[in-house]
Amino acid sequence: MKKKRLAVVASNECVACGCCAKVCPLKAIAILRGTVAKVDAEKCVGCSTCAKECPASSIRMCEVGV
Amino acid sequence: MKKKWYDYLWIATLLYMSLGFFNIMFAWLGLICFFVPLIMSFTGFGKGYCNRYCGRGQLFGILGGGLGLSRKKDIPKWMKSKGFRYGFLIFFFVMFFQMLWNTYLVFAGASGLRQIVTLLWTFKLPWNWAYHGTFFTEGVAQFAFGFYGVMLTSTVLGLVTMILFKPRSWCVYCPMGTMTQLIAKGKMKSHKGCKRRKLGVS
Ligand code: SF4
Ligand code: SF4
Ligand code: SF4
Repeated sequence: MKKKRLAVVASNECVACGCCAKVCPLKAIAILRGTVAKVDAEKCVGCSTCAKECPASSIRMCEVGV
Repeated sequence: MKKKWYDYLWIATLLYMSLGFFNIMFAWLGLICFFVPLIMSFTGFGKGYCNRYCGRGQLFGILGGGLGLSRKKDIPKWMKSKGFRYGFLIFFFVMFFQMLWNTYLVFAGASGLRQIVTLLWTFKLPWNWAYHGTFFTEGVAQFAFGFYGVMLTSTVLGLVTMILFKPRSWCVYCPMGTMTQLIAKGKMKSHKGCKRRKLGVS
């Protein structure tokens, strides 16, 4: 099985500030109605730019099988 | 990425904080940063203000990110806990209402105008040099002094956490951000409830 690196948001920690969405080079993050950030797994390339930016450090980089 | 006009709103924040050093009455303009986020979240734009238009957040991003004034360390766990965030929101509002009460006392003539700006709810800084009288009652000026204190306090706290942690750490516990997220969550819940009722699911 092929593995893919992916950004995953810990939704209980996300403050929906939108910093991650702003820096994502692939526009793979949306803020769901001002409540939480959501990563589009199809678009995400696992660059971790968002994780570095997140002020709440609520984005983890995970390996998932595809 | 091409910049939009709202990417420059940090200049307005910088200008606002500077103007308070010359004429305290400009502090009234800060109400925009109070009402716009609330109106946006109540009208279904979620945290649109934070995500796009907040000059203060942008300023911390520029100072801490671009200019490298931040250590870029993780914020402590307790600072992003719901207990701290909601507790800080309540504390902030208690202090805000105390400021409004002091303003009321001046409006009512029960106390005189105090030309001071209170920093971090403790330090009373003389600010008489930025007061040049008012056409209105002195209560109007008292509100300006009080409100500028609120704005200066949040800026100082934001700068300290920007240096210690990530550039926009203030956004984790910013009362406006916490409040608009709560409103957005509330709206989302009621929206889901309505949908369920329409579908006849209990
Ligand atoms: S930067 Fe972090 S806290 Fe802010 S919206 Fe993205 S995941 Fe949530
Ligand atoms: S890891 Fe990179 S591509 Fe994936 S959501 Fe974060 S910034 Fe976007
Ligand atoms: S959380 Fe506060 S400082 Fe951050 S973007 Fe929102 S209103 Fe601005």
